[in-house]
Amino acid sequence: MDVLIPVMAAAVRSGTPILYATLGEILTERSGVQNLGLEGLMLMGAFSGFSVTYSTGDPWLGVLTAFFVGVAISAVHAFLSVSVGANQVVSGLAVTMFGTGASSLLGRKMIGLTVKGFGKVPVPLLSEIPVAGPVLFDHDPLVYISYGLVLFLLWFIFRTRQGLNLRAVGESPVVVDAMGLSAARLRYLYTMIGGGMAAVGGAYLSLAYTKMWGEGMSAGRGWIAVALVIFAVWHPARAVLGAYLFGGVGAMQLRIQAAGTSFPAPIMMMMPYLFTILVLLVISVKKGKGILIDAPGALGVPYSREERT
Amino acid sequence: MRYRIVLRRRYKTGVFFEGILPVISIIAALLFAGGALLLFGVSPLAAYRAMFRGALGSGYGLSEVIVKAIPLVISGVAVALAFRMKVWNIGAEGQIYLGALASAAAVRFLPSGNQVVMLLAMTAAAIIAGGAWGYIAGFLKSRWNVNEVITTLMLNYVGIHLADHFIYGPWRDPSSLGFPMTPPFPPSARLPLFFGTRVHLGVLAAVLLVLLFRLVIRWTRWGFEIRAIGDNPRAAEYAGINYGRNVALLMFISGAIAGLAGMTEIAGLQGRLQPGFSPGYGYTAIIVAWLARLNPWGIMMVSFFMGVLLVGGDTIQVIMRLPLASVQVIQGCILFSVLGFEFFRNYKVLLLRRERE
Repeated sequence: MDVLIPVMAAAVRSGTPILYATLGEILTERSGVQNLGLEGLMLMGAFSGFSVTYSTGDPWLGVLTAFFVGVAISAVHAFLSVSVGANQVVSGLAVTMFGTGASSLLGRKMIGLTVKGFGKVPVPLLSEIPVAGPVLFDHDPLVYISYGLVLFLLWFIFRTRQGLNLRAVGESPVVVDAMGLSAARLRYLYTMIGGGMAAVGGAYLSLAYTKMWGEGMSAGRGWIAVALVIFAVWHPARAVLGAYLFGGVGAMQLRIQAAGTSFPAPIMMMMPYLFTILVLLVISVKKGKGILIDAPGALGVPYSREERT
Repeated sequence: MRYRIVLRRRYKTGVFFEGILPVISIIAALLFAGGALLLFGVSPLAAYRAMFRGALGSGYGLSEVIVKAIPLVISGVAVALAFRMKVWNIGAEGQIYLGALASAAAVRFLPSGNQVVMLLAMTAAAIIAGGAWGYIAGFLKSRWNVNEVITTLMLNYVGIHLADHFIYGPWRDPSSLGFPMTPPFPPSARLPLFFGTRVHLGVLAAVLLVLLFRLVIRWTRWGFEIRAIGDNPRAAEYAGINYGRNVALLMFISGAIAGLAGMTEIAGLQGRLQPGFSPGYGYTAIIVAWLARLNPWGIMMVSFFMGVLLVGGDTIQVIMRLPLASVQVIQGCILFSVLGFEFFRNYKVLLLRRERE
């Protein structure tokens, strides 16, 4: 057990950026919009968070900036998917391309710098609990915020009026419009908030995980988050499980490498990606057997009030 | 307010929207991207001037544009073929790497006597490896309806790491002073070059593939099935077209074509396998296919334009010390802009006089 505790703690740490992005995408997809730009949003978040923290010394300001940068970029995606009714797959790819390019163009002078960022703040009392203490409550504040976020979303999505509207617009925008609400406005809102959350996940990487900026540092985590949304069947609680599972795979990989096995590093680095395919496969096989996977009914389908049928 | 704006859905589009609107949207994109560059502290005028002069200002520049366009046309056809059936093959990048890896394996393990035999063996290896890489996603999609966007993307990372494994490990050139690369290929494993430039035989393969793409989609039974499924999968199913078998086959062929792009790139241009030999051709191919509206001639034209951007990108990298990422920013803006202008293709904007009430 003693050997496993550091691995599990590391799983939580490296799962947190993926968790933020996954939760954000759950909100976006619940509203019926698919945003494949998570990878680009995470990179922009990582860069903008780092650069603001570097110049002001305040990591909280960095996280806030990252959030709003994410909101701004996903507003473009919302405009194209909701107002124009454009192809969401291509628009998402454009977000990723733009975000990857812009972050490395802007961040070229930041390479090699470090920030103090977020440090560990053990929670008093809770961190003393055997096993769960060091695994869950001996981290930086952003990890704790992600716990809160999960609980908040569970309540918000399933227990509030707003959450009901969110689920409704993802299932059937016509109904939401008939209720006198604007389907378009709701989709804009949740696409933007979801994008902001993905960017915060990126900021976690540069402010708490590595405490430096590196070109392309999200290394596919945004895409893994897209897959995790399916794994989580659009449910925040299962997103936690998925994110930490992936964090664990990543953490194990680093540990095995550090232990100096003769196993080649590039082969080890394939693991999270292969694991993603495997997880997706298991989910799809289950779905094929008729086990209910409740994807938002109108996911990825543009809706225009003028053309409702 | 005596006028109101009314949107009407367009059901038919003429030449203007198929041919001219993309050009307008690219110009708009260059303006947007210019704004973005300005925001990032880069003079867009200087950058564009340097780019176009570098790419189109000399015979050498022009030949380099063609060199860059070759893998884009080939992988653009690969991606467009899949997109035509509304199958999202985002995995051309990984398929390119697998194709290159397999042809490098052919060079390594086969006797390099005869150039024709060697090149044919490399081509076959690339097609099989790239095709297999695509087939994995196609098979999973056909059998269990696994989301192909994610699987092809994940396979990109896996493929790139797989190539890295051989380049950094067992296949590394012992005389390369520690640089990760395979030993240079023997002359028999190199594609012939034309006109004393770096334009290689791949250019013929690219043109041939475009013609073949046109032919298959337009005139064959299989092409008809692809179009039918792409336009309306439900109706196609009722007409007795087997979706599953077609997806798997389509992804194999799409991957095989992308794999061929990997082979021509290393056998024609680089002469060895090294990490990052493709600067995201597989991703740019997606833009190419989309901008071309999956039209074969469009793929050639857009690839040429993207070649200009890439060669221009190299130029500003040298002259203005800008990273190649600025090209990515421009590419992202082009996609945004083209998607945005779709609006005018889909809707007619009318200004109507308001009736007196």
